[in-house]
Amino acid sequence: MRCCEIKSPKNQNLPEKKILLIGNPNVGKSAIFTRLTGVHALSSNYPGTTVGFLEGWLRAGDAEYRLIDVPGAYTLEPTNEAEEVANRIIDEGADLAVVVLDATALERNLYLAFQVLEKGINVIVALNMIDETRHKGISIDTETLEKLLGVPVIPTIGVTGQGIRTILERIPEARTSFFPHMSKEERWTEIGHIIEKVQTVVHRHHTLKDRLEDFSVDPVWGVILGLFILGTSFYLVRQVGEGLINYILDPLFARLWIPFLEGLSDLLQQEGMIHHVLIGTLFDGSIDLEQSFGLLSTGLYVPVVMVLPYVISFYGVLSFLEDWGYLPRMAVIFDSLMHRLGLHGFAIVPALLGLGCNVPGIIATRILESPRERFIAATLISVAVPCAGLQAMIIGVLGDIGLKYVIIVYMSLIIAWIVIGRILHLLLPGYSPELIVEIPPYRLPSLKGLFYKLWFRTKGFLIEAIPLVMVGVLIVNFLYMTDLMGHLGIILSPVFNGLLGLPVETAGPILLGLLRKDVAVGMLTPLGLTPDQLVIATVTLAMTFPCIATFVVLWKELRAKMFASLLIMIFSALTTGTLLRLFLSLKF
Amino acid sequence: MTTTLQLLPSGYKATIISIPGGECLHRLEALGLRKGKIISKVSGMPFKGPVTIILDGRQIAIGCKISGKIHVAPIEKE
Repeated sequence: MRCCEIKSPKNQNLPEKKILLIGNPNVGKSAIFTRLTGVHALSSNYPGTTVGFLEGWLRAGDAEYRLIDVPGAYTLEPTNEAEEVANRIIDEGADLAVVVLDATALERNLYLAFQVLEKGINVIVALNMIDETRHKGISIDTETLEKLLGVPVIPTIGVTGQGIRTILERIPEARTSFFPHMSKEERWTEIGHIIEKVQTVVHRHHTLKDRLEDFSVDPVWGVILGLFILGTSFYLVRQVGEGLINYILDPLFARLWIPFLEGLSDLLQQEGMIHHVLIGTLFDGSIDLEQSFGLLSTGLYVPVVMVLPYVISFYGVLSFLEDWGYLPRMAVIFDSLMHRLGLHGFAIVPALLGLGCNVPGIIATRILESPRERFIAATLISVAVPCAGLQAMIIGVLGDIGLKYVIIVYMSLIIAWIVIGRILHLLLPGYSPELIVEIPPYRLPSLKGLFYKLWFRTKGFLIEAIPLVMVGVLIVNFLYMTDLMGHLGIILSPVFNGLLGLPVETAGPILLGLLRKDVAVGMLTPLGLTPDQLVIATVTLAMTFPCIATFVVLWKELRAKMFASLLIMIFSALTTGTLLRLFLSLKF
Repeated sequence: MTTTLQLLPSGYKATIISIPGGECLHRLEALGLRKGKIISKVSGMPFKGPVTIILDGRQIAIGCKISGKIHVAPIEKE
């Protein structure tokens, strides 16, 4: 079961009794999971974030249970991978299932509930987001619903925790229903009868929120709003990232860490092997954090001071857009462009995630329907979507020289993304499936939820990035000391010198991009390249190889097709680099 | 008089008359879109972009091609 990532508490034998948490996407299932277990699952406001499933444990009365957060599904007759996984988990059986229904869309949600009940599992129904029904003019007779379904029905508000305790208390009352297996038609008819008896809807006027929701998918205003939100997001990411660097991390590093490094450097008498590995090369007798390339100098400075702030600001903004519910609207706006790349609008979501880190971006391509789409989407992310680390370094290094150069890099990547997508769409057999997506209502994100999500993602970055950057710095030192770098450069000089117009020394950094792209950009700085060369080298670096973490996940998702993807990357990197060289030589 | 979801002007309500069979039908049904349901159209994006409708108070976006195959009977202007 390659798509099931089990996250269980460490060093704990999970209890044998099993509870499944089942529901449509966007019903607040993850928030309920968090409330029930206290384990913080990543909860999002758009379909498909948890194709893998989360597992935690909870105690109710004297018993302990494993709680499994089943991927969001609209139906158990699978229409996508997440629903296949859901179906499989449910077929494995459980002691009981908590079926989470969105009280504001009861009819549709009951369809899944019926399918679960028909399987003969003991069920408790959580009627979630009960607070939102009031604003929508909906009222639901919970008691009658309970009688008609024959299982406990508990009104809940996942984000505040209301009703959670009642779920735990009523676990012993969970039971299977008296419904026989039904056909699709029979099921909808039965649901129709129930809705008639339990739900009344009074007409109410359009609220401001309704208007904003309509406005967001308007052909003119929606696009303007979309561009405005994208622009503002990038501006915010940049401002917050730079603010964190200039006012917090850089001063902290200078005040707390540099004196220690200088002391250590003096202690080691500013020379020798150990000094070289730990502190690196001194420039005019002092440490240059960007260029010294020691483990404790550049090795820490790059991930912690140059990249981390951008990771925090990027995920802060992205998590807000996710939880607010904006991302599916982006799918509507981008649909017609994405169709020309062989994808549909929803493929914009993995691409945006890829701007933080390619790994979750590529994992998120699982929400796409066909293998063809997943191949195109994953390849496009690894070729032309720069991760936050790379972007931080692009802005840090090229931004110092001139904004113009940063814009050229971004434009090159965007054009490459569109052109490569277009070519793949024309060359690969098959068609691009149509967009069919539910757009969840706007919701004010909970600060707590945002904070946990940000923490979860930042922690992930730190755990993964720091060791890899360190290894990268070590390898760089090793390559220079043994002069392997020089040899590599000579072998590759026809490509780098001939094609791209770059000095052979750039071969090393670009190949090391394999490890981490941010370190690689850092290595370009001391080479004394002209701005044009720096632009070409950065774009080539961004496009050629994915970093090692992306490599692993590409292999997992694409298997043998990864090699095709790699060839596309190398070919497009060299083509783009060469074209860029020609373009820049025109001199405006 | 019937038309398609794609051609239905924005702001109109309509009853679903028929939905094309196959995979799409399956996915649309899972979202609660079935024959006889009343929807209102919010917008249609230009350049063969998707159509957004409201079904039971919930927005759903549907690609241009399928929306051209979903037949509806318009009800009244909102």
